Amino acid sequence: MTLLEIKQLNKFFQKGKEQIHVLKEIELQVKRGEFITVIGPSGCGKSTLLKAIGGLDTEYSGEIKLDGERVTGASIKQGVIFQEPRLFPWLTVERNIAANLPLTDIEVKENVEKLIKLVRLDGFERAYPKELSGGMAQRVSIARALLRKPKILLLDEPFGALDAFTRSHMQQALLDIWKEERTSMVFVTHDIDEAIYLGNKVIIMSARPGTIQKIISIDLPFPRKKSTKSFQEYRQLVLKEFEKVEELELIDSAGI
Amino acid sequence: MSNQTAISLEKVKSTKKKLVKSNRDLGKLKVILKGFILPIFMLTIWELTGALGLISATLLPRPSVIFTTFIDLILTGNLLQHFQISLLRALGGFLLGGTLGLLVGVAVGLKKNVEQTVDPTIQMFRTIPTLAVIPLFILWFGFGEVSKILLIAKGAFFPLYVNTFLGIRSVDSKLFEVGKVLEFNRWKQITHLILPSALPNILLGLRLSLGVAWLALVAAELMGSSEGVGYLIMDARQFSQTAIVFVGIIIFAVFGKVSDSLVKVFERRLLKWQDNFKG
Repeated sequence: MTLLEIKQLNKFFQKGKEQIHVLKEIELQVKRGEFITVIGPSGCGKSTLLKAIGGLDTEYSGEIKLDGERVTGASIKQGVIFQEPRLFPWLTVERNIAANLPLTDIEVKENVEKLIKLVRLDGFERAYPKELSGGMAQRVSIARALLRKPKILLLDEPFGALDAFTRSHMQQALLDIWKEERTSMVFVTHDIDEAIYLGNKVIIMSARPGTIQKIISIDLPFPRKKSTKSFQEYRQLVLKEFEKVEELELIDSAGI
Repeated sequence: MSNQTAISLEKVKSTKKKLVKSNRDLGKLKVILKGFILPIFMLTIWELTGALGLISATLLPRPSVIFTTFIDLILTGNLLQHFQISLLRALGGFLLGGTLGLLVGVAVGLKKNVEQTVDPTIQMFRTIPTLAVIPLFILWFGFGEVSKILLIAKGAFFPLYVNTFLGIRSVDSKLFEVGKVLEFNRWKQITHLILPSALPNILLGLRLSLGVAWLALVAAELMGSSEGVGYLIMDARQFSQTAIVFVGIIIFAVFGKVSDSLVKVFERRLLKWQDNFKG
Protein backbone atom coordinates (compact mmCIF):
# COMPACT_ATOMS: atom_id res chain seq x y z
CA MET A 1 0.00 0.00 0.00
CA THR A 2 1.39 3.37 -1.04
CA LEU A 3 2.09 5.85 1.75
CA LEU A 4 4.02 8.54 -0.07
CA GLU A 5 3.44 9.44 -3.68
CA ILE A 6 5.45 11.99 -5.63
CA LYS A 7 4.25 12.93 -9.11
CA GLN A 8 5.99 15.07 -11.71
CA LEU A 9 7.98 17.07 -9.17
CA ASN A 10 9.98 19.91 -10.73
CA LYS A 11 11.91 22.54 -8.88
CA PHE A 12 13.94 25.54 -10.03
CA PHE A 13 16.37 27.77 -8.16
CA GLN A 14 16.93 31.32 -9.31
CA LYS A 15 20.62 32.12 -9.24
CA GLY A 16 21.18 35.63 -10.53
CA LYS A 17 19.64 35.69 -13.98
CA GLU A 18 20.18 32.00 -14.46
CA GLN A 19 17.51 29.45 -13.68
CA ILE A 20 18.80 26.16 -12.36
CA HIS A 21 16.76 23.01 -12.72
CA VAL A 22 17.28 21.40 -9.33
CA LEU A 23 14.79 18.57 -9.49
CA LYS A 24 13.43 17.21 -12.76
CA GLU A 25 10.35 15.07 -13.13
CA ILE A 26 10.73 13.15 -9.92
CA GLU A 27 8.36 10.20 -9.64
CA LEU A 28 8.50 8.14 -6.47
CA GLN A 29 6.30 5.84 -4.44
CA VAL A 30 7.04 4.67 -0.93
CA LYS A 31 5.06 1.84 0.61
CA ARG A 32 3.99 1.76 4.25
CA GLY A 33 6.78 0.46 6.44
CA GLU A 34 9.36 0.68 3.68
CA PHE A 35 12.94 1.85 4.23
CA ILE A 36 14.11 3.92 1.26
CA THR A 37 17.64 5.25 0.94
CA VAL A 38 18.49 8.04 -1.47
CA ILE A 39 22.05 8.37 -2.71
CA GLY A 40 23.71 10.67 -5.18
CA PRO A 41 26.57 13.11 -5.70
CA SER A 42 26.50 16.42 -3.86
CA GLY A 43 24.30 18.96 -5.57
CA CYS A 44 21.92 16.36 -7.01
CA GLY A 45 19.03 17.80 -5.01
CA LYS A 46 18.53 14.91 -2.61
CA SER A 47 18.26 17.20 0.41
CA THR A 48 15.98 19.52 -1.56
CA LEU A 49 13.74 16.57 -2.33
CA LEU A 50 13.65 15.66 1.35
CA LYS A 51 12.74 19.22 2.32
CA ALA A 52 9.91 19.19 -0.19
CA ILE A 53 8.55 15.95 1.28
CA GLY A 54 8.90 17.41 4.76
CA GLY A 55 6.88 20.45 3.75
CA LEU A 56 9.74 22.80 4.64
CA ASP A 57 9.97 23.85 1.01
CA THR A 58 6.73 24.28 -0.89
CA GLU A 59 7.94 26.14 -3.95
CA TYR A 60 7.85 23.44 -6.57
CA SER A 61 5.52 22.20 -9.26
CA GLY A 62 4.03 18.75 -9.14
CA GLU A 63 2.40 16.86 -6.33
CA ILE A 64 3.46 15.19 -3.11
CA LYS A 65 0.82 13.12 -1.35
CA LEU A 66 1.24 11.57 2.07
CA ASP A 67 -1.38 8.98 2.96
CA GLY A 68 -3.61 10.38 0.23
CA GLU A 69 -3.36 13.99 1.39
CA ARG A 70 -1.39 16.73 -0.33
CA VAL A 71 1.59 17.98 1.64
CA THR A 72 1.13 21.73 2.10
CA GLY A 73 3.56 22.43 4.91
CA ALA A 74 5.65 21.01 7.71
CA SER A 75 3.80 18.88 10.23
CA ILE A 76 4.39 16.16 12.77
CA LYS A 77 3.17 13.62 10.21
CA GLN A 78 6.56 13.93 8.56
CA GLY A 79 9.28 13.59 11.17
CA VAL A 80 12.51 15.25 10.06
CA ILE A 81 15.99 14.37 11.30
CA PHE A 82 18.54 16.97 10.19
CA GLN A 83 22.23 16.54 9.63
CA GLU A 84 22.85 18.20 13.00
CA PRO A 85 20.77 17.08 15.99
CA ARG A 86 19.30 20.59 16.43
CA LEU A 87 18.38 20.07 20.07
CA PHE A 88 17.27 22.92 22.29
CA PRO A 89 20.45 23.56 24.30
CA TRP A 90 18.54 24.88 27.33
CA LEU A 91 16.45 21.73 27.77
CA THR A 92 17.42 18.39 29.29
CA VAL A 93 17.18 15.23 27.20
CA GLU A 94 13.66 14.33 28.35
CA ARG A 95 12.43 17.89 27.93
CA ASN A 96 13.99 18.07 24.48
CA ILE A 97 12.07 14.98 23.45
CA ALA A 98 8.83 16.35 24.89
CA ALA A 99 9.56 19.90 23.59
CA ASN A 100 6.14 21.57 23.29
CA LEU A 101 4.26 18.69 24.92
CA PRO A 102 3.90 18.82 28.72
CA LEU A 103 5.88 16.23 30.68
CA THR A 104 3.25 16.59 33.41
CA ASP A 105 0.90 14.66 31.13
CA ILE A 106 1.26 11.04 32.24
CA GLU A 107 0.86 9.67 28.73
CA VAL A 108 3.56 11.97 27.35
CA LYS A 109 5.84 11.14 30.25
CA GLU A 110 5.40 7.39 29.71
CA ASN A 111 6.03 7.66 25.99
CA VAL A 112 9.13 9.75 26.55
CA GLU A 113 10.47 7.17 28.99
CA LYS A 114 9.74 4.39 26.51
CA LEU A 115 11.55 6.23 23.72
CA ILE A 116 14.54 6.99 25.93
CA LYS A 117 14.84 3.24 26.47
CA LEU A 118 14.37 2.58 22.76
CA VAL A 119 17.23 4.90 21.80
CA ARG A 120 19.26 3.58 24.74
CA LEU A 121 19.72 6.79 26.65
CA ASP A 122 18.61 5.52 30.06
CA GLY A 123 20.34 7.49 32.76
CA PHE A 124 20.73 10.60 30.59
CA GLU A 125 17.18 11.92 31.05
CA ARG A 126 18.40 14.97 32.96
CA ALA A 127 21.55 15.63 30.92
CA TYR A 128 21.92 18.79 28.83
CA PRO A 129 22.83 18.57 25.13
CA LYS A 130 26.33 19.92 25.81
CA GLU A 131 26.99 16.79 27.86
CA LEU A 132 26.09 14.40 25.04
CA SER A 133 28.24 12.96 22.28
CA GLY A 134 27.24 13.51 18.65
CA GLY A 135 25.68 10.06 18.35
CA MET A 136 23.71 10.45 21.57
CA ALA A 137 22.43 13.86 20.55
CA GLN A 138 21.25 12.48 17.21
CA ARG A 139 19.44 9.68 19.04
CA VAL A 140 17.62 12.30 21.13
CA SER A 141 16.47 14.02 17.96
CA ILE A 142 15.22 10.70 16.57
CA ALA A 143 13.29 10.09 19.80
CA ARG A 144 11.86 13.61 19.58
CA ALA A 145 10.52 12.89 16.10
CA LEU A 146 9.19 9.44 17.06
CA LEU A 147 7.24 10.81 20.04
CA ARG A 148 4.92 12.54 17.54
CA LYS A 149 4.17 9.19 15.88
CA PRO A 150 5.08 10.34 12.38
CA LYS A 151 3.75 8.51 9.33
CA ILE A 152 7.14 8.84 7.74
CA LEU A 153 10.58 9.70 9.05
CA LEU A 154 12.81 11.79 6.77
CA LEU A 155 16.52 11.63 7.54
CA ASP A 156 18.98 14.00 5.87
CA GLU A 157 22.46 12.48 6.18
CA PRO A 158 21.88 12.09 9.91
CA PHE A 159 25.09 10.19 10.61
CA GLY A 160 27.30 12.18 8.24
CA ALA A 161 29.18 13.96 11.01
CA LEU A 162 29.87 10.84 13.08
CA ASP A 163 32.99 8.69 13.11
CA ALA A 164 32.92 5.26 11.45
CA PHE A 165 32.34 3.24 14.63
CA THR A 166 29.56 5.43 15.99
CA ARG A 167 28.03 5.52 12.55
CA SER A 168 27.75 1.77 12.17
CA HIS A 169 26.41 1.56 15.70
CA MET A 170 23.80 4.19 14.85
CA GLN A 171 22.82 2.34 11.68
CA GLN A 172 22.14 -0.75 13.77
CA ALA A 173 20.19 1.33 16.29
CA LEU A 174 18.08 2.85 13.52
CA LEU A 175 17.28 -0.60 12.10
CA ASP A 176 16.22 -1.73 15.58
CA ILE A 177 13.94 1.28 15.88
CA TRP A 178 12.52 0.60 12.43
CA LYS A 179 11.82 -3.03 13.34
CA GLU A 180 10.13 -1.95 16.56
CA GLU A 181 8.07 0.99 15.30
CA ARG A 182 7.59 0.07 11.63
CA THR A 183 7.81 3.74 10.66
CA SER A 184 8.46 4.32 6.96
CA MET A 185 11.83 5.91 6.35
CA VAL A 186 13.39 8.03 3.64
CA PHE A 187 17.09 8.24 4.35
CA VAL A 188 19.40 10.52 2.36
CA THR A 189 23.09 9.68 2.38
CA HIS A 190 26.25 9.90 0.28
CA ASP A 191 27.67 6.67 1.67
CA ILE A 192 27.09 3.67 -0.63
CA ASP A 193 27.56 1.07 2.14
CA GLU A 194 25.12 2.89 4.36
CA ALA A 195 22.53 3.06 1.59
CA ILE A 196 22.72 -0.68 0.85
CA TYR A 197 22.97 -1.69 4.50
CA LEU A 198 19.76 0.11 5.50
CA GLY A 199 17.41 0.25 2.55
CA ASN A 200 14.75 -1.96 1.05
CA LYS A 201 15.34 0.17 -2.00
CA VAL A 202 18.24 2.36 -2.99
CA ILE A 203 17.35 5.37 -5.12
CA ILE A 204 20.25 6.62 -7.16
CA MET A 205 20.08 10.24 -8.21
CA SER A 206 22.15 12.11 -10.74
CA ALA A 207 22.92 15.81 -10.71
CA ARG A 208 22.12 18.81 -12.93
CA PRO A 209 19.25 18.46 -13.24
CA GLY A 210 18.51 16.23 -10.25
CA THR A 211 16.69 13.16 -11.49
CA ILE A 212 16.14 9.64 -10.30
CA GLN A 213 18.60 7.61 -12.31
CA LYS A 214 17.73 4.17 -11.05
CA ILE A 215 15.95 2.38 -8.25
CA ILE A 216 17.59 -0.80 -7.01
CA SER A 217 15.71 -3.17 -4.70
CA ILE A 218 17.96 -4.75 -2.13
CA ASP A 219 16.73 -8.28 -1.54
CA LEU A 220 18.95 -9.14 1.39
CA PRO A 221 17.54 -10.32 4.72
CA PHE A 222 18.21 -8.27 7.87
CA PRO A 223 20.57 -8.22 9.70
CA ARG A 224 22.89 -7.62 6.78
CA LYS A 225 26.63 -8.11 6.78
CA LYS A 226 28.76 -5.72 4.80
CA SER A 227 31.43 -8.36 4.18
CA THR A 228 29.17 -10.91 2.44
CA LYS A 229 29.49 -11.60 -1.24
CA SER A 230 25.88 -10.68 -2.02
CA PHE A 231 26.33 -7.32 -0.26
CA GLN A 232 29.42 -6.65 -2.34
CA GLU A 233 27.53 -7.53 -5.52
CA TYR A 234 24.94 -4.87 -4.73
CA ARG A 235 27.77 -2.49 -4.07
CA GLN A 236 29.16 -3.19 -7.53
CA LEU A 237 25.74 -2.62 -9.03
CA VAL A 238 25.40 0.80 -7.40
CA LEU A 239 28.96 1.74 -8.29
CA LYS A 240 28.28 0.90 -11.93
CA GLU A 241 25.33 3.28 -11.90
CA PHE A 242 27.57 5.98 -10.48
CA GLU A 243 30.09 5.44 -13.23
CA LYS A 244 27.34 5.98 -15.76
CA VAL A 245 26.47 9.25 -14.03
CA GLU A 246 30.06 10.37 -14.10
CA GLU A 247 30.42 9.54 -17.79
CA LEU A 248 27.33 11.57 -18.51
CA GLU A 249 28.74 14.46 -16.54
CA LEU A 250 32.05 14.23 -18.35
CA ILE A 251 30.30 14.35 -21.69
CA ASP A 252 28.22 17.25 -20.42
CA SER A 253 31.15 19.29 -19.24
CA ALA A 254 33.07 18.55 -22.44
CA GLY A 255 30.18 20.15 -24.29
CA ILE A 256 29.58 17.16 -26.56
CA MET B 1 40.72 -11.18 52.53
CA SER B 2 39.54 -9.81 49.24
CA ASN B 3 36.64 -8.26 51.08
CA GLN B 4 39.01 -6.43 53.35
CA THR B 5 41.10 -5.07 50.53
CA ALA B 6 37.91 -3.89 48.93
CA ILE B 7 36.96 -2.04 52.08
CA SER B 8 40.36 -0.47 52.46
CA LEU B 9 40.28 0.52 48.81
CA GLU B 10 36.94 2.19 49.42
CA LYS B 11 38.49 4.04 52.35
CA VAL B 12 41.41 5.19 50.30
CA LYS B 13 39.04 6.38 47.62
CA SER B 14 36.84 8.31 50.05
CA THR B 15 39.79 9.96 51.77
CA LYS B 16 41.19 10.79 48.38
CA LYS B 17 37.89 12.37 47.47
CA LYS B 18 37.94 14.40 50.66
CA LEU B 19 41.47 15.46 49.97
CA VAL B 20 40.57 16.50 46.46
CA LYS B 21 37.61 18.45 47.78
CA SER B 22 39.62 20.26 50.46
CA ASN B 23 42.27 20.95 47.85
CA ARG B 24 39.67 22.48 45.61
CA ASP B 25 38.29 24.60 48.46
CA LEU B 26 41.79 25.77 49.20
CA GLY B 27 42.23 26.69 45.55
CA LYS B 28 39.00 28.69 45.60
CA LEU B 29 40.12 30.49 48.75
CA LYS B 30 43.41 31.31 47.07
CA VAL B 31 41.62 32.83 44.10
CA ILE B 32 39.48 35.00 46.37
CA LEU B 33 42.48 36.03 48.47
CA LYS B 34 44.37 37.02 45.35
CA GLY B 35 41.74 39.66 44.65
CA PHE B 36 42.32 41.16 48.09
CA ILE B 37 46.08 41.65 47.81
CA LEU B 38 46.02 44.92 45.88
CA PRO B 39 43.27 46.69 47.88
CA ILE B 40 44.87 45.75 51.22
CA PHE B 41 48.24 46.99 50.02
CA MET B 42 46.73 50.29 48.89
CA LEU B 43 44.77 50.75 52.12
CA THR B 44 47.90 50.17 54.18
CA ILE B 45 49.88 52.78 52.25
CA TRP B 46 46.99 55.20 52.51
CA GLU B 47 46.61 54.70 56.26
CA LEU B 48 50.34 55.01 56.86
CA THR B 49 50.84 58.17 54.82
CA GLY B 50 47.83 59.72 56.58
CA ALA B 51 49.11 58.78 60.03
CA LEU B 52 52.52 60.25 59.22
CA GLY B 53 50.82 63.50 58.23
CA LEU B 54 51.98 63.35 54.59
CA ILE B 55 48.46 63.97 53.26
CA SER B 56 45.97 66.57 54.40
CA ALA B 57 43.25 65.01 56.56
CA THR B 58 40.51 67.22 55.04
CA LEU B 59 41.34 66.20 51.45
CA LEU B 60 41.99 62.52 52.03
CA PRO B 61 40.95 61.22 55.43
CA ARG B 62 42.51 57.98 56.56
CA PRO B 63 40.60 54.68 56.08
CA SER B 64 40.25 54.28 59.82
CA VAL B 65 38.65 57.72 60.09
CA ILE B 66 36.27 56.90 57.25
CA PHE B 67 35.34 53.67 59.03
CA THR B 68 34.60 55.39 62.36
CA THR B 69 32.55 58.01 60.52
CA PHE B 70 30.59 55.17 58.93
CA ILE B 71 29.87 53.62 62.34
CA ASP B 72 28.91 57.03 63.72
CA LEU B 73 26.50 57.63 60.86
CA ILE B 74 24.81 54.31 61.45
CA LEU B 75 24.58 54.88 65.19
CA THR B 76 23.12 58.37 64.91
CA GLY B 77 20.41 56.67 62.92
CA ASN B 78 20.07 58.49 59.63
CA LEU B 79 22.46 56.53 57.35
CA LEU B 80 20.20 53.49 57.11
CA GLN B 81 17.25 55.74 56.40
CA HIS B 82 19.10 57.58 53.63
CA PHE B 83 20.21 54.29 52.18
CA GLN B 84 16.70 52.87 52.24
CA ILE B 85 15.34 55.87 50.38
CA SER B 86 18.07 55.63 47.73
CA LEU B 87 17.45 51.92 47.33
CA LEU B 88 13.71 52.41 46.87
CA ARG B 89 14.30 55.11 44.24
CA ALA B 90 16.76 52.95 42.29
CA LEU B 91 14.51 49.92 42.52
CA GLY B 92 11.39 51.82 41.48
CA GLY B 93 13.08 53.45 38.51
CA PHE B 94 14.77 50.21 37.50
CA LEU B 95 11.54 48.22 37.66
CA LEU B 96 9.64 50.82 35.67
CA GLY B 97 12.27 51.34 32.98
CA GLY B 98 13.47 47.75 32.84
CA THR B 99 10.00 46.25 32.50
CA LEU B 100 9.12 48.69 29.72
CA GLY B 101 12.46 48.00 28.00
CA LEU B 102 11.86 44.26 28.13
CA LEU B 103 8.30 44.48 26.83
CA VAL B 104 9.05 46.92 24.02
CA GLY B 105 12.19 44.94 23.15
CA VAL B 106 10.16 41.74 22.81
CA ALA B 107 7.51 43.45 20.68
CA VAL B 108 10.07 45.08 18.40
CA GLY B 109 12.10 41.87 18.19
CA LEU B 110 9.14 39.73 17.23
CA LYS B 111 7.56 41.92 14.59
CA LYS B 112 9.39 43.53 11.71
CA ASN B 113 6.50 45.94 11.37
CA VAL B 114 6.80 47.21 14.93
CA GLU B 115 10.56 47.49 14.50
CA GLN B 116 10.22 49.70 11.45
CA THR B 117 7.73 52.04 13.11
CA VAL B 118 9.08 52.20 16.66
CA ASP B 119 12.80 51.49 16.66
CA PRO B 120 14.08 54.62 14.84
CA THR B 121 12.33 56.89 17.35
CA ILE B 122 13.62 54.92 20.31
CA GLN B 123 17.15 55.00 18.94
CA MET B 124 16.87 58.77 18.66
CA PHE B 125 15.81 59.08 22.30
CA ARG B 126 18.60 56.72 23.28
CA THR B 127 21.26 59.14 22.13
CA ILE B 128 19.97 61.92 24.42
CA PRO B 129 22.27 61.98 27.46
CA THR B 130 20.48 61.39 30.74
CA LEU B 131 22.16 64.41 32.32
CA ALA B 132 20.85 66.67 29.57
CA VAL B 133 17.21 65.96 30.37
CA ILE B 134 17.57 66.68 34.08
CA PRO B 135 16.60 70.39 33.72
CA LEU B 136 13.56 69.42 31.68
CA PHE B 137 12.46 66.81 34.21
CA ILE B 138 12.84 69.35 37.01
CA LEU B 139 10.72 71.86 35.08
CA TRP B 140 8.05 69.28 34.40
CA PHE B 141 7.93 67.29 37.61
CA GLY B 142 9.73 69.44 40.16
CA PHE B 143 12.33 68.21 42.61
CA GLY B 144 10.12 65.43 43.97
CA GLU B 145 10.27 61.68 43.65
CA VAL B 146 8.56 61.57 40.25
CA SER B 147 11.36 63.28 38.38
CA LYS B 148 13.98 61.10 40.10
CA ILE B 149 12.26 57.84 39.37
CA LEU B 150 11.56 58.83 35.77
CA LEU B 151 15.19 59.79 35.28
CA ILE B 152 16.35 56.40 36.57
CA ALA B 153 13.73 54.65 34.45
CA LYS B 154 14.96 56.48 31.36
CA GLY B 155 18.45 55.17 32.01
CA ALA B 156 17.37 51.60 32.77
CA PHE B 157 15.10 51.31 29.74
CA PHE B 158 17.68 51.27 26.96
CA PRO B 159 20.14 48.49 27.90
CA LEU B 160 17.31 46.02 28.40
CA TYR B 161 15.55 47.18 25.26
CA VAL B 162 18.61 46.92 23.02
CA ASN B 163 19.78 43.57 24.37
CA THR B 164 16.35 41.94 24.36
CA PHE B 165 15.92 42.98 20.75
CA LEU B 166 19.38 41.68 19.87
CA GLY B 167 18.76 38.38 21.67
CA ILE B 168 15.53 37.74 19.83
CA ARG B 169 17.07 38.52 16.48
CA SER B 170 19.97 36.13 17.05
CA VAL B 171 17.82 33.01 17.54
CA ASP B 172 19.19 30.22 15.33
CA SER B 173 16.99 29.94 12.24
CA LYS B 174 17.70 26.20 12.19
CA LEU B 175 15.83 25.88 15.47
CA PHE B 176 12.90 27.72 13.90
CA GLU B 177 12.75 24.96 11.31
CA VAL B 178 12.59 22.43 14.14
CA GLY B 179 9.74 24.42 15.65
CA LYS B 180 7.90 24.21 12.33
CA VAL B 181 8.46 20.46 12.06
CA LEU B 182 7.23 19.90 15.62
CA GLU B 183 4.17 22.11 14.96
CA PHE B 184 4.88 24.80 17.58
CA ASN B 185 2.07 27.34 17.66
CA ARG B 186 2.92 31.05 17.92
CA TRP B 187 2.76 31.04 21.73
CA LYS B 188 5.00 27.97 22.09
CA GLN B 189 7.36 29.47 19.56
CA ILE B 190 7.76 32.53 21.79
CA THR B 191 7.88 30.76 25.16
CA HIS B 192 9.75 27.59 24.17
CA LEU B 193 12.08 28.86 21.48
CA ILE B 194 12.57 32.61 21.25
CA LEU B 195 12.68 33.67 24.89
CA PRO B 196 14.95 30.87 26.20
CA SER B 197 17.23 31.43 23.26
CA ALA B 198 17.36 35.18 23.93
CA LEU B 199 17.82 34.72 27.66
CA PRO B 200 21.62 35.22 27.76
CA ASN B 201 21.20 38.61 26.08
CA ILE B 202 18.23 39.56 28.22
CA LEU B 203 20.20 38.82 31.39
CA LEU B 204 23.11 40.87 30.11
CA GLY B 205 20.67 43.71 29.48
CA LEU B 206 19.38 43.29 33.01
CA ARG B 207 22.86 43.70 34.46
CA LEU B 208 23.62 46.74 32.36
CA SER B 209 20.25 48.28 33.24
CA LEU B 210 20.92 47.81 36.94
CA GLY B 211 24.27 49.52 36.55
CA VAL B 212 22.75 52.44 34.70
CA ALA B 213 19.92 52.71 37.24
CA TRP B 214 22.53 53.06 39.95
CA LEU B 215 24.37 55.78 38.01
CA ALA B 216 21.17 57.64 37.27
CA LEU B 217 20.25 57.47 40.94
CA VAL B 218 23.38 59.38 41.87
CA ALA B 219 22.70 61.98 39.19
CA ALA B 220 19.11 62.31 40.35
CA GLU B 221 20.04 62.73 43.99
CA LEU B 222 22.83 65.19 43.28
CA MET B 223 20.46 67.40 41.29
CA GLY B 224 18.72 68.26 44.49
CA SER B 225 17.10 66.29 47.25
CA SER B 226 16.67 66.32 50.99
CA GLU B 227 17.17 62.63 51.58
CA GLY B 228 19.21 59.76 50.22
CA VAL B 229 22.86 58.83 49.98
CA GLY B 230 23.42 61.35 47.18
CA TYR B 231 22.04 64.10 49.40
CA LEU B 232 24.37 62.94 52.16
CA ILE B 233 27.33 63.41 49.82
CA MET B 234 26.24 66.87 48.63
CA ASP B 235 25.51 68.02 52.16
CA ALA B 236 28.87 66.79 53.45
CA ARG B 237 30.69 68.51 50.58
CA GLN B 238 29.28 71.88 51.64
CA PHE B 239 30.75 71.44 55.10
CA SER B 240 33.97 69.84 53.85
CA GLN B 241 33.20 66.60 55.70
CA THR B 242 35.29 64.55 53.32
CA ALA B 243 34.98 61.37 55.36
CA ILE B 244 31.20 61.36 54.87
CA VAL B 245 31.65 61.90 51.15
CA PHE B 246 33.83 58.80 51.14
CA VAL B 247 31.26 56.81 53.09
CA GLY B 248 28.63 57.71 50.50
CA ILE B 249 30.87 56.77 47.60
CA ILE B 250 31.78 53.46 49.19
CA ILE B 251 28.13 52.64 49.82
CA PHE B 252 27.37 53.24 46.15
CA ALA B 253 30.33 51.11 45.09
CA VAL B 254 29.59 48.21 47.44
CA PHE B 255 25.91 48.12 46.71
CA GLY B 256 26.45 48.37 42.96
CA LYS B 257 28.78 45.41 43.14
CA VAL B 258 26.40 43.41 45.34
CA SER B 259 23.43 43.90 43.01
CA ASP B 260 25.57 42.96 40.01
CA SER B 261 26.76 39.81 41.77
CA LEU B 262 23.18 38.87 42.57
CA VAL B 263 22.21 39.00 38.91
CA LYS B 264 25.33 37.01 38.08
CA VAL B 265 24.35 34.23 40.46
CA PHE B 266 20.90 34.24 38.94
CA GLU B 267 22.52 34.15 35.51
CA ARG B 268 24.74 31.19 36.30
CA ARG B 269 21.76 29.24 37.55
CA LEU B 270 19.57 29.99 34.54
CA LEU B 271 22.29 29.54 31.93
CA LYS B 272 23.94 26.37 33.18
CA TRP B 273 23.03 24.76 29.87
CA GLN B 274 25.38 27.07 27.98
CA ASP B 275 28.43 25.55 26.40
CA ASN B 276 30.76 28.50 25.93
CA PHE B 277 34.39 29.36 26.42
CA LYS B 278 34.88 30.09 30.09
CA GLY B 279 38.38 31.49 29.98
